[in-house]
Amino acid sequence: MNSDLFVIPFNLGLYFILIYSVVRSVAWFRSLSRPDKLRLQRGFFGKPFMDSLREIFMESLLHRKIFRKNPVLGYMHMSLAFGWFLLIVFGTIEADFFGEKHLNPPSHAIFFRWFNPEHGAEGLARIYNVWMDFLLAFILSGLLLAVIKRFTPRMMGMKKTTRHTWTDRLALTSLWLIFPSRLLAESFTCGAHGSGSFLTGNLGSALASFLPAAEIAPWFWWLYSLSLGTFFFMLPVSRYFHIPVELFLIFMRNSGITTGDKHSSYTEVQTHACSSCGVCISVCQMSYAAGINDIQSAYFIKGLRNDRDISAITANCLMCGRCEEVCPVGIELGPMRLIERRQGERADRRLSLPERYSVMRKRSVTEKVPTQSYGYLVREEPEKAEVLFFAGCMTHLTPSVIAAMKKIMESAGVKYRFMDEKGGVCCGRPLMLAGRDREARELINHNSDIIWKSGAKILVTSCPICYKIFRESYYLEATVMHHSEFINLLIEEGSLRLGYLHRKVVYHDPCELGRGSGIYEEPRAVISYVAELLEASQERSMSLCCGGSLGNLTLASGKKAMIAADAARLLTMSSPDELITACPLCKKTFVQATKTKVSDIAELVAAALPAPSTRVARRRAARATVRANDAG
Amino acid sequence: MKTVPKHVLVAGGGVAGMEAAGALAEMGYRVTLVEKGDDPGGHLLQWHALFPDRRPADEVRSYLRKRAGHHNINIITRTTVEKVRHHPGGVRVILSGGTEEEADAVIVATGFDLFDAHRKEEYGYGIYDNVITSVDLEAMFNRGRLEKADGTVPSRIGLIHCVGSRDEKVNNNHCSKVCCVTAVKQAIEVRQMLPSCEVFCFYMDMRMYGPYYEELYRESQEVHNVNFIRGKVSEASVNINNRLVIKVEDTLAGRPLKMELDIMVLMVGMEMAESGAKLAEASGFRQGINSFLESGDHHYGNNLSGIKGVFYAGTCTAPMNITDTISHARAAVAETVRYLKA
Amino acid sequence: MMSATGANKFGFAINRSRMIDYDSSDRKVREYITSREPSFRLCFACGGCTATCTAGQHTSFNLRRMNTYIRRGEIEPLREEVTRCMLCGKCLLVCPRGVNTRNVVAVAAEAIRKLERNEL
Repeated sequence: MNSDLFVIPFNLGLYFILIYSVVRSVAWFRSLSRPDKLRLQRGFFGKPFMDSLREIFMESLLHRKIFRKNPVLGYMHMSLAFGWFLLIVFGTIEADFFGEKHLNPPSHAIFFRWFNPEHGAEGLARIYNVWMDFLLAFILSGLLLAVIKRFTPRMMGMKKTTRHTWTDRLALTSLWLIFPSRLLAESFTCGAHGSGSFLTGNLGSALASFLPAAEIAPWFWWLYSLSLGTFFFMLPVSRYFHIPVELFLIFMRNSGITTGDKHSSYTEVQTHACSSCGVCISVCQMSYAAGINDIQSAYFIKGLRNDRDISAITANCLMCGRCEEVCPVGIELGPMRLIERRQGERADRRLSLPERYSVMRKRSVTEKVPTQSYGYLVREEPEKAEVLFFAGCMTHLTPSVIAAMKKIMESAGVKYRFMDEKGGVCCGRPLMLAGRDREARELINHNSDIIWKSGAKILVTSCPICYKIFRESYYLEATVMHHSEFINLLIEEGSLRLGYLHRKVVYHDPCELGRGSGIYEEPRAVISYVAELLEASQERSMSLCCGGSLGNLTLASGKKAMIAADAARLLTMSSPDELITACPLCKKTFVQATKTKVSDIAELVAAALPAPSTRVARRRAARATVRANDAG
Repeated sequence: MKTVPKHVLVAGGGVAGMEAAGALAEMGYRVTLVEKGDDPGGHLLQWHALFPDRRPADEVRSYLRKRAGHHNINIITRTTVEKVRHHPGGVRVILSGGTEEEADAVIVATGFDLFDAHRKEEYGYGIYDNVITSVDLEAMFNRGRLEKADGTVPSRIGLIHCVGSRDEKVNNNHCSKVCCVTAVKQAIEVRQMLPSCEVFCFYMDMRMYGPYYEELYRESQEVHNVNFIRGKVSEASVNINNRLVIKVEDTLAGRPLKMELDIMVLMVGMEMAESGAKLAEASGFRQGINSFLESGDHHYGNNLSGIKGVFYAGTCTAPMNITDTISHARAAVAETVRYLKA
Repeated sequence: MMSATGANKFGFAINRSRMIDYDSSDRKVREYITSREPSFRLCFACGGCTATCTAGQHTSFNLRRMNTYIRRGEIEPLREEVTRCMLCGKCLLVCPRGVNTRNVVAVAAEAIRKLERNEL
């Protein structure tokens, strides 16, 4: 039939996107390093394979992570993704089962109603029709929510939606047209033929009652096909490319491939897997507390994908990790931002063909000019010690923590040496956060040398920033402990006798200790020994950043203060006596932001130590009693 | 028929409050003076000698006590003013404890609070012995004994300017005006008490704005050999000999400077009084970004609140010295009288 | 003393006096930094940053002096000095004016590199 020509846009689009996806995936695979290639190959068997399938089902289709953020938002995404998936699957079954022959071309499944307008009068076909109509209604309900979300994001628990480029908008428009046009096309056809089910049939007969349904129907079939075709063509250049790429990413991730320190095809796949869902913007404190809305991960990723100059965006991030926690696709947002920070300036030379063809390769061609040098540091010959205490740069500005740690360690009888008592050298993590790994390595070597030479078995630090780099980038024989872990150890082995302070306190998880190092429970255990720990609204992996962040290179102090004030307000909502934190930078930031007393965990524990005067008094009293007994 | 004298309530029994009350009472008004402490006198009760000439603070205290002792003044202590509200008949004043007073006019003289030096943790107040504030030092002058926490005599004292003022980190961007001259005064007093003790002032600027202040600065150097080092002290710690060690850059020499101190004195600045801030919030007074009360006009309406019948006097509007506080209080009285007579 | 090439960049004679000739000195670096880090303007040279500086404990790196020199247009002494900062951030916590000192050093390093490549 000539009017069947309308299937052409759809067919063209479909074959285009299938071929494009395959070609791109092969290119990405071939760019992987050899170990990663092996990992990926193994990822298609056994447990990783089942994990990937499960993740595809739970996240790509059901959007479980988004459901947890907000049920309405989750439903919206799920209905479009899962609904469309089911529509395709059951449509294909419908075409193959009820159609003229088995194994039809895809167009026969998508446009089944056109090719079989009378179908579904009775029996199994009738019941199947109900199901197909139900799926369409399911998708349309989600579509309605999507339209609402674009105009009032607050209804879905989102504070903001993502801004779009023109390609995004075109893809979005065609996507939104697909299902309404299918609805109308099927309805008109059903109306003209008196078929259809509860949705298409009723709508169809209603329309047919005052419109020439048979004549109008083809227009909507054209619209349906065109919107599908346009959507498929726009896919690679819009945020919706995440639909096929996400699947590839899931297999890669479950095979054990990780982001690493440099751009690779894995980072490239991740930039395309971002769906611009906007959840990262919603949890970003810079967005809702400081009103900065152009630097969030979604925009960062988009900038990477389109090879824009994102140097300002790259530097302006707290590196708190909240966005990475909630990303439904599981993109390693933190490591990717660090990779971009490591880039020097774009190299001023002609790029070779392979370099030009991949965005990630293009971005990797840079001149990494070493900007800092520490040849001036003098090698130290430290004394031997079993336990080294490293306060770190920041703790020197919160001397109460140092005083408290000294008191605690003396009370527990720990023989320690204060490594950086006279100042010391920075641990190197602030340099790493700025992307200067090579320079950080000089500081790491200097400090490692001291730690090795001291023969220490345990390295205790009161700063989570130092803690993280000691654990991840220093090669030490000593066990690295954060002071909350160390205090916990001392309590558990009975070296510390503590009283109970009748105070209600709230604990704030520092970014570098919590999300950064996975230490959530030890500080809480320590606090619970000495005071009443109240719950805060955002805890553990979703804890708030204080805003003090050394990870943000460019944020103005006024904006930091806004973030700090907002975080402090939320933390002190239950009116605790004290706000306890485990990071000197958080402490300094919060002191400025709230009237509630802010203490480090070490200070809290030190306050619970028995006062030496009472010990002395007890001894004197005991001696006095003995003397009295002797005399009496 | 004898007219009933108009009633003015003065909120705050410090220098401004006492002077305003005295001036009003003298003119025949009935005055209620409400003071949150046990006695009126405000921070003046704590000072030993006053700049620029180091006259005894007691002389000014006696003057003010005489002023506030006028029979037209009723002094209520241990009470704060919680809220004031203008209504067609006058001003209703709500006091702590629930009582209410009716007045024809109110003068707000709630004064200032001193910056809590614990907030500047890196200086070690409350952590190390021998880190004290200028107020603590003044108390030592009152006791006539200047010694370290262990009772020994200090041989070197450092005074740190701008603690809690001009510091974004503690949300106080304003200059507290009087701390520089206080530091110079106290430096001289230390040198007079302990001629063998070296004195160093660590400053960012020397703000000697008032009459004879610059001359006092000159005297401190010329006669008393006080040392001045331009640099903001970033932090203090304690060394093995239990002496304080400060980190500061000698900006004029262009090099970091290390120094041991026996006592470190923090020149704490002025902030809006908390009781005053609560009153302001409850009564709808405008507060500036420095938290002090924002007056009607900076130049010619400095005592006006923008609310009928309510006037401002003293350091609740801005940091000022005692001389200016007394003048400001008298100006507030002039405005009040002008209002009452209209 | 400055090298011949360095002097020519700043447009004055080889043997310059010890004085800061404000009219001849080049303040492009200062403008570059101020445009990218506006808080740079707020510095009133109190020296708190230098006092607390970690690198300043081990070498002659002086942040306050560096900032002052930049504002006067004296770049020559800074080429090497700017590389000594460890980016530790203590200066940020001390600055009473809220200057983003850490970013100033990073941008200053960038500016000096660009100046050397004549890109400024």
